[in-house]
Amino acid sequence: MGRTLAEKVWEQHVVRRADGEPDLLYIDLHLIHEVTSPQAFDGLRMAGRKVRRPDLTIATEDHNVPTVLGPISDPVSRTQVETLRKNAAEFGIRLHPMGDAGQGVVHIIGPQFGLTQPGMTIVCGDSHTSTHGAFGGIAFGIGTSEVEHVLATQTLPAYRPKTMAIEVKGELPVGVTAKDLILAIIAKIGTGGGQGYIVEYRGEAIRKLSMEGRMTVCNMSIEAGARAGMIAPDETTFAYLKGRPHAPSGDAWDAAVEYWKSLRTDDDAVFDKVVEIDASTLTPFVTWGTNPGQGAPLGSAVPSPEEFADPIERSAAERALEYMGLTAGTPLNEIPVDTVFVGSCTNGRLEDLRAAADILRGRKVVTRTLIVPGSMQVKKAAEEEGLDQVFKDAGAEWREAGCSMCLGMNPDTLKPGERSASTSNRNFEGRQGKGGRTHLVSPQVAAATAVTGKLTAPAALA
Amino acid sequence: MDAFTTHTGRAVPLRRSNVDTDQIIPAVWLKQVSRTGFEKGLFSAWREDPSFILNNPAYQGASILLSGPDFGTGSSREHAVWALQQYGFRVVIAARFGDIFRNNSTKMGLLPVILPAEVVERLQAAAEADPTVEITVDLAEREVRLGSESWSFEIDDYTRWRLMEGLDDIGLTLRHADDVAVYENGRQPWLPTTV
Repeated sequence: MGRTLAEKVWEQHVVRRADGEPDLLYIDLHLIHEVTSPQAFDGLRMAGRKVRRPDLTIATEDHNVPTVLGPISDPVSRTQVETLRKNAAEFGIRLHPMGDAGQGVVHIIGPQFGLTQPGMTIVCGDSHTSTHGAFGGIAFGIGTSEVEHVLATQTLPAYRPKTMAIEVKGELPVGVTAKDLILAIIAKIGTGGGQGYIVEYRGEAIRKLSMEGRMTVCNMSIEAGARAGMIAPDETTFAYLKGRPHAPSGDAWDAAVEYWKSLRTDDDAVFDKVVEIDASTLTPFVTWGTNPGQGAPLGSAVPSPEEFADPIERSAAERALEYMGLTAGTPLNEIPVDTVFVGSCTNGRLEDLRAAADILRGRKVVTRTLIVPGSMQVKKAAEEEGLDQVFKDAGAEWREAGCSMCLGMNPDTLKPGERSASTSNRNFEGRQGKGGRTHLVSPQVAAATAVTGKLTAPAALA
Repeated sequence: MDAFTTHTGRAVPLRRSNVDTDQIIPAVWLKQVSRTGFEKGLFSAWREDPSFILNNPAYQGASILLSGPDFGTGSSREHAVWALQQYGFRVVIAARFGDIFRNNSTKMGLLPVILPAEVVERLQAAAEADPTVEITVDLAEREVRLGSESWSFEIDDYTRWRLMEGLDDIGLTLRHADDVAVYENGRQPWLPTTV
């Protein structure tokens, strides 16, 4: 019987297999940031251990950093960033600090440097590590204990998850994006639907996505409960990688591409679960509730809790509507918004900024609008195209790179009761600041919303 | 990590689903570089509501959390596990857990127990009817007991052994350092380094 892509990549990385034990899996790349690493480095020091492979490890500052120029004013945040700097220096790990040309959100910089390649195992103390699966590797988030384990051993003990195929048939209609697709998938299978699985996204609509779009889809795998999501590498992947600083070159490139072409699910392979979705029927999608599965087409209305047959889902919907300050039956495109955020590891890449700029060009925003590039390189590229001027002319704020308003940890937050349209990945209670209310949207919907002040599809703009 | 064999204690019924790790410990608490002091951040937003279950004096000192399904979804922050443990919890029982949270728990010795939703509901109802009722979670027997009732739960042999012995994963892996070195010698030559 054939093997799935996930099985191929997994088997390639098994260091040791023994009956009744998890596999010992080799990790090709370990990404580090300031929030989930300090206690891991402390653990190494206490045990007198070294970092086994600093040359397979890279660090950046992203979660805590302000997105305006200047020092970190919060002393606790500053200590955490300084701690990362000390740890990186002590253990010999490459670090891209604030202000560095290579700095950015951890899941943006890996692909940008060409460090993220097909067939690799990649981990990071961050659940959105699933982003890197867009290149056809197994990439997943880990906790601080596992960060310490990878630092010390470059391996992780793990049981291979089950495999799920999400087959996306047909083509996405014009104006419908990767973000709309993944929000629709999460709404379909639920926040727990992917638990215990590695998801492989397949089908025509996936093949036609750019690498940026594929990263957006894989990024939110965790919001459907799946620790990892992946897409088989193809010519789009190879074209993205070629010439990047850490991509192979010369004969090594040819050898790598030959191997990468074998990284696809065999025709006779069997997945543990298959989910099908028809891309051609999709429209712009937004969330109305407090978990990413509580979403609906922007053209529909806030659902009534009574529509949910399952009592647990019903009570979750009741609670969500109360928190969000919404009434069942309100058309989603009539919900007023205070703040628009374009950025994050989900939608902070150049393609996302271009999409927002295309809508904002020649228009004015009526809400507080933060445009936050995912990395300093994205920022530079956007400025070379004049996108920053488009945003500034429209009245939006053009910021430095960082996680920004995705997670309510740095100065970019919502105030209690404020409502955002956000291109980030989580609409949890308080995620963007205590009492803040979040609607997850695509960059296109975010930009159109900034123009009208209420949740708006680009097609509805005059 | 402390060894876990069996634990008997009072339980808190948390009748919510999708309890994401941002609720368990909001991001603002994650700025610390230490491993201690996270109990103050546990459910800190929800604890501002006087009617929140953890504010009920009857449940002070409880060590087992009975949650709705999909507990610990979202962020990979292990701080969620630390906060629960430092507050005094030894066990969380739910019908479904976020994968990363469950994994983090077993690394730290906080036992995540999966039971069918109707059993969790039965346990929640018992803890609501009588906050002093005690529940036993027996890892050796893979069993949860309430009075004369009992329910078995599944956990893989390896994780159970590691929890019962209180073993450090890194120490176990370092025994196989030679295997790692052999593997490293056979890695594909084009794989990137960060230098």
